[in-house]
Amino acid sequence: MFDLTGKTALITGASGGIGGAVAAALHAAGASVALSGTREAPLRALAERLGERAHVVAANLSDPAAVDALPKQAAQAMGSVDILINNAGITRDNLFMRMSDDEWDQVIAVNLTSSFRLARGVLRGMMKARWGRIVSITSVVGTTGNPGQANYAAAKAGLVGLSKSLASEVASRGITVNCVAPGFIQTAMTDALTDEQKGRILTQIPAGRMGSPDDIAAAVLYLASPAAGYVTGATLHVNGGMAMI
Amino acid sequence: MSDIADRVKKIVVEHLGVEEDKVTETASFIDDLGADSLDTVELVMAFEEEFGIEIPDDAAETIQTFGDAVKFIQGATA
Repeated sequence: MFDLTGKTALITGASGGIGGAVAAALHAAGASVALSGTREAPLRALAERLGERAHVVAANLSDPAAVDALPKQAAQAMGSVDILINNAGITRDNLFMRMSDDEWDQVIAVNLTSSFRLARGVLRGMMKARWGRIVSITSVVGTTGNPGQANYAAAKAGLVGLSKSLASEVASRGITVNCVAPGFIQTAMTDALTDEQKGRILTQIPAGRMGSPDDIAAAVLYLASPAAGYVTGATLHVNGGMAMI
Repeated sequence: MSDIADRVKKIVVEHLGVEEDKVTETASFIDDLGADSLDTVELVMAFEEEFGIEIPDDAAETIQTFGDAVKFIQGATA
């Protein structure tokens, strides 16, 4: 149903649970994928598993020079970047009163600023092609807030404002800009929670389970596909009913 | 008309879909040729590629008319 044959996609944070699932879904739909992340070994393993049409473009998104170089590397590997998935994210949780400037700055730099710069880097090609997709992975906490995550929630909410503004600028050029906001998804990030914490979270989720990375990948695949050409500036919440917004 | 002016005119005609005779020296991209602000950014990008030059943002802002564009590019490629 969602055919990406001949399209090229750059996915950041592809070494993580959600990023890997997104890359696999886009690849299965026929896209060429450029897998980016800081850890090269899992990227290589994923590229090998996917086989043809998979490229590794490692980059540390806290390094501005690496961020600027990434769209060019991806375009060199695949010929173009038709689809950008801003998925890379880090957390530096702390209570607001204890949060250091450094914890704030790191999260904003990787989760928000790098997405701005990557989007700027891929836009020229998309404008010329009169087709493009930018999908940013945000979070339910960008809308609801979460204690201990002022930096993370601010960055994720920032991505929503960025996406809506960019969406209105480039809609006439066939480029859509959207967000997917996961709720609680089973990944390394949530594996760190205790059973008690998980139990408490589950009582808030009508679906009665945590989401899987594939649940997110399906939403991203839809927004990246030609089928979603009339959807722009939107946030698709994928959270099992945890927050109906 | 110079070679540069011809190439600039070709880009403007193609990009904005206007008649060639509308693209006069004093024709403003926005006021006379129907460009929006994003079109002007795209035109500058197209000029940069066609002539292998960099047009900084502050210079791009001064390029309002077809004549401005030709003059700037003539200076940049001289």
